Order: sequence, then C-alpha cells, then structure tokens
Amino acid sequence: QLSLFRLTVKVPFRTSHSSVDSKEIKKFQLLAHKWWDEEGEYSALHSMNDIRVPFIRDTLLSMRSNYHPGNPLSGVKILDIGCGGGLLSEPLGRLGASVTGIDPLEDNIRTADRHKSFDPVLAKRIQYKSSSLEEIVEESMETFDVIVASEVVEHVADLETFIRCCSQVLKPEGSLFITTINRTQLSYVLGIVVAEKIMGIVPEGTHEWEKFVPPEELEHLLESNGFSVKTVNGMLYNPLSGSWSWTESTSLNYAVHAVKSGTLGQTDAPSETDMQQPLATAGTA
Amino acid sequence: LGHDIHFHDKKIALLEAGPRKDYDHMPDSYSNRVSSISPGSATLLSSFGAWDHVCSLRLKPFRRMQVWDACSEALIIFEKDDLDDMGYIVENDVIMSALTKQLDAVADRVEVFYSSRAVGYTWPLPSHSCDTSPWVQIELADGRRLHTKLLIGADGHNSIVRKEAEIKNIEHQYDQSAVVATLHLSEATDNNVAWQRFLPTGPIALLPLSDTASSLVWSTSHEHASELLAMDEESFVDSINSAFWSNINHSDFIDTAGAMFRSALSFLKPSGAAVRQLPPSVAKVDPESRAMFPLGMGHATEYVQHRVALIGDAAHRVHPLAGQGVNLGFGDIACLAHHLSAAAFNGSDLGSLKHLLKFETERQRHNVSLIAATDVLKRLYSTSLAPLVLLRTWGLQVTNSLPPVKVRI
Repeated sequence: QLSLFRLTVKVPFRTSHSSVDSKEIKKFQLLAHKWWDEEGEYSALHSMNDIRVPFIRDTLLSMRSNYHPGNPLSGVKILDIGCGGGLLSEPLGRLGASVTGIDPLEDNIRTADRHKSFDPVLAKRIQYKSSSLEEIVEESMETFDVIVASEVVEHVADLETFIRCCSQVLKPEGSLFITTINRTQLSYVLGIVVAEKIMGIVPEGTHEWEKFVPPEELEHLLESNGFSVKTVNGMLYNPLSGSWSWTESTSLNYAVHAVKSGTLGQTDAPSETDMQQPLATAGTA
Repeated sequence: LGHDIHFHDKKIALLEAGPRKDYDHMPDSYSNRVSSISPGSATLLSSFGAWDHVCSLRLKPFRRMQVWDACSEALIIFEKDDLDDMGYIVENDVIMSALTKQLDAVADRVEVFYSSRAVGYTWPLPSHSCDTSPWVQIELADGRRLHTKLLIGADGHNSIVRKEAEIKNIEHQYDQSAVVATLHLSEATDNNVAWQRFLPTGPIALLPLSDTASSLVWSTSHEHASELLAMDEESFVDSINSAFWSNINHSDFIDTAGAMFRSALSFLKPSGAAVRQLPPSVAKVDPESRAMFPLGMGHATEYVQHRVALIGDAAHRVHPLAGQGVNLGFGDIACLAHHLSAAAFNGSDLGSLKHLLKFETERQRHNVSLIAATDVLKRLYSTSLAPLVLLRTWGLQVTNSLPPVKVRI
C-alpha cells in the first residue's frame, strides 16, 4: 500500500530513484481522514484556497480568450500532484476543469474519492488515482494543460526528476503552478518552530527544513528543464485571522507560475522573472 | 442568484408556500399591503431586471417625508437636495409579480415549487468522516425529497428553518397591532410626501399610492386596532383625520419649551427651520381593505450555520415605524448574493461557513444598530410623559436642523 522506492526503468533518460519519499508518506498516513475538517489540522490548507484558486484561475483566464464566467475552466485538463484529500482538486473541478488527482498514499485517495462522491457534478469531473508521478508518465505524455503541485515539492526526494516528469506529462505551452516554502532562517523559525511546535498550525513533523526549496533553486531547475518562469509571488499566513495573503517577500511561502516552452528540446537561458505581477482579482471577498 | 453570471451552471430550487402571482396589469383597487422601497432596494431589483416590471405595473415615488409628534410642535422633514425620489411606495403584489416574471426568465436554472411546504429537514453532521450525505435534506409535504449544499431560510419571522436549525431568536411581542387600509383623499394632490405622526398610542402613517389614494399603516394598541376595524367607515375616516390634525395631546408647557428651543436653534443655525406642510385629509376608505396584524421585534443570534443562511424577517423583525423592514431584507439579499457569487467564482463549496460568516458579520453590523434604534424610537414615542416628550421634542428639532445626521438617516 505504501509505494516505496520504485526503480522506474521505463523513464527514458534516468534509471534512478523516484521522487516519492517513503518517510514522508508515513507522516501523512496518520492524518489521512482529517483532510475535510475545515477547522482541523488542515485548516491552513483550506484557507490557502482563498489565494491559490484565484491565482490559478486568473492566470489561466488571462491566457484564454473565450470562456464563460459561470464555467471558467471548462475544457481545461489539470493534474493535481499530491492532491491529498482533494482540497484543491474540488474547487478547480467546480470551476469546470477536468481534474486528475494523484497521491502516493491510498488512504488519501480513498478520502478524496469518498468526499467527491456526494457531489454528482464533481464525481464526474475529478478522477483520483493512488500513484506517484513517475507511474503515470508513460500513459500520460503531454496530456495535461495544467499541472498543479501545491505544497508538494518540499516533500519530494528528487526535485529534478519531479520537474522533468512534470514536463513530460504537460502539453507544450502548458502551465505549471507550484506553491512551496523557502529555506531561510525565517522559515525555520516561523515555519518549523512556531508553526509546528508552538502554535500547531501545521501538524508536528510535517516539514523538514532541509527539504525546503529556495525560489532561486526552483527557478533554475525549471529553466534548465524547458520551463519559462513567469511569476514568483510571496505568500503570507496570518495565524490570528487564519487567512493567507500575497506579499512582496518570498522568504517564507511562495507561489510560482511557469510555462513549458513550445518547441521541444529547447532550454531557455535563465530569464528575468517578473516579480509581483498584478493579479486580477475578480470580486473575491 | 439565478441571474448571476457565476451561477450559470448551478441549480436553485425555490419553495413558495403561496400560489403563483403574475399580473399583466393590476386590478383597479389597490392592495392594502404595501412597502416603502428605498432607492438602494430599487437598485437591487433593477440589477436583475425586476424593477422594469414594477415600473410598468404601478408604483408611487415620494420626494419628502414629514415626521412629527402629536405631543408637541416638533417635526422633522426628510428630502433629498437634488429633488430625487426618496423612495417608492409599491404594493407587495406588484413586487411579487415582477419577481415571478424574472424567475420565469431563468427557469432553466431556478425551479420554483409553488404551494409547497417542507415537512422535514435533515441536517448534515459536522464531522466529515461519516458516510451519510454531507448535504441538507428537505422533505416536502408531497413526499418529494431535495438535497442541497446551501439552504437559505427566507420564511418570515416565524421561520421554521430557523427553528429547525436551533438558532436562538431574541424576540419581543409589542403590545401593538398595525391596521392597514387603502384610503381615498378628499381632493387630488401631487401626493408625493409620506406622512408619519407619532401618537402616544403609536405612529400613524399615510403612504402615497396615487394622486387620490394613499395607504394607511396605523400602529396602535390591540384593543384600539380591533375597534378601528369594527367601526363603520365614516367613524374610521374621522379617527384618521383626527389623528393627523388634532392637537389634544399638546400641553402648554411642552409647546412653550419647544418654541423656546426652536428660537434658540434658529439663532444658532438660521437655515435649520423647515416648512411645515399639512397632511391631506381623508374622504373615504376602500371597503374590505381594512386589516390588522400584530407587531413584534426579533433578531436571530446567528444568521448562518454550516449550509444554512437566514435572510429577511427570518433573521430580523422590526416595527414598521421606520418603513425599513423589507429594505433590510433586500440589503441581506444583495450582500448574500455578492458573497455567494464570489464563492462560486472561487470554486468554493457554497455551503461553506467561510463566506457565510462574512455575510453574517457584514449584515449584523448593519442591521443591529438600525433594529435597536427602531426599538428605542418606538419606546420613546409610546408615552406622553412630559420629560420624555421634551427630550424627544428637542432631539427631533436638533436632528431636523443637522443636515449630516439627516442624510445618514
């Protein structure tokens, strides 16, 4: 049931370990059924939807010309990597997208499946699979318009493999959205000590500071694997109000939007990344 | 909501206990249930095309409102500087008809169940680890079952939704009933002023319906209300005219004190004096148009719960003296629709407390002060004791000469 080290020899240019880290899996096993308690352990992730869903939505809409505001993401195929209980898959599905959610932990997928089953519309729009990214690469080459990897890359074992696989399953000019945590002194103090040990915003032991990813490193990996980084935005959590907001500094949490280059085999030289691109907020409270 | 662009793919069901009301043109006589619609409410109604229907049926705009005391000469006049309409007097049936037409326009999204009644509600359990449906289930009298992500209770001050959801309601029955009737004036006039006089027994208001007709709303004790309904038409008309014109409640003391204060005020603020107009006199009442209903105050401690929201009288009930009851309800609607629309565009679960609480906070902040003020006014004006009369006389005179305060009101 736990997918351990898999030697995925099918990956054409790398015969190495997967991006899934078994130690990480164990941490999430215990909380597999707590996903949908909005006030529980995952409340910060629930409220993160208030900024990450509009971010994804508005970025995609700015690249589309004809869409209906009642069903803005209709026709868009999204892969939600590390979907957990489906917290992000469901709003994207409600906005009209066809979502495939994958997570290495079967219990998470079970929770996600059961939660979506009560809503006849979502049940058809979202498909969940218990799987790692590498396992679906074969059958999903260049299948998806959008990949979302939110709060995932700080848990993967091999980030470069992860990004490479993302590139493979993404259509040319497709979008990749990542949200993660920076590796700074501040993120150690606030992200680990305060958030986990003192305030319990995040269940203890969820994060390992050494695996946090600085945005420069992420940008470099993305650019050298065929992506062009379009946006990097800092995110800030206010524990008193339980809400997230955008901020200038990326020293704690941040979000990235990158686009896979259109021509195959082309690696862009590290380009200027636009900081603080104004986001279109359409009437979000 | 049916007309909201972000709700294009959603399904809405409306359970209406009454029959369908759709008029192409109104009957000659006026209905005795009317509402004073504020410009804000008119804006809401026109945002989805209902106001046009109201205008094509019938309504009466008014430009001025004169409010005065039976125990003194104090009065206050409201009017907009730019001669815009202050509000509109519209029969409730007209509004219903306009809404029905607009509901028909989105029949593919909104299904209306006329003459229906809900007999049972099943609420979702808060924890999400169970296997039963996390949505609200409603059982109708005819056996049909509906389930929904969000149940909006708009079922009046005796709201069953509120009771079933076990939301506590602070309520207080006033020892007053309101008498309504349709009146015909002695002579035709512009009739674009709304009149209200505070008698010790309760306020009497005359709301214009046309150049020759006005609607009566007279809040008074239960006994007096029954008497008014029982008496013959002539006596009824006499009572109304006397209520507006007689000065028997004046006392010399109050009159003198009031006059002194007024001259003091006009010394300080010369422009504050307002022209007192005389209300029209009533000639006759429409037969069969007299009716009465009891009055009370109510406020729900919570407007929302997981998957439930209360709006309108189900959430709050006020005395008609300020003519605001229905406008508060329209305000609730505008606010809830705004938050639900934003939530839909964010892909949120519509029954989620997160945005419902935003609606609750916003509206409670707005409603509570108005409801409390209305209640205070009602109590303040329910007496003819000299000190309180003096207090309210002076208060009214001051308020009348302070434009900023009047604008806020």
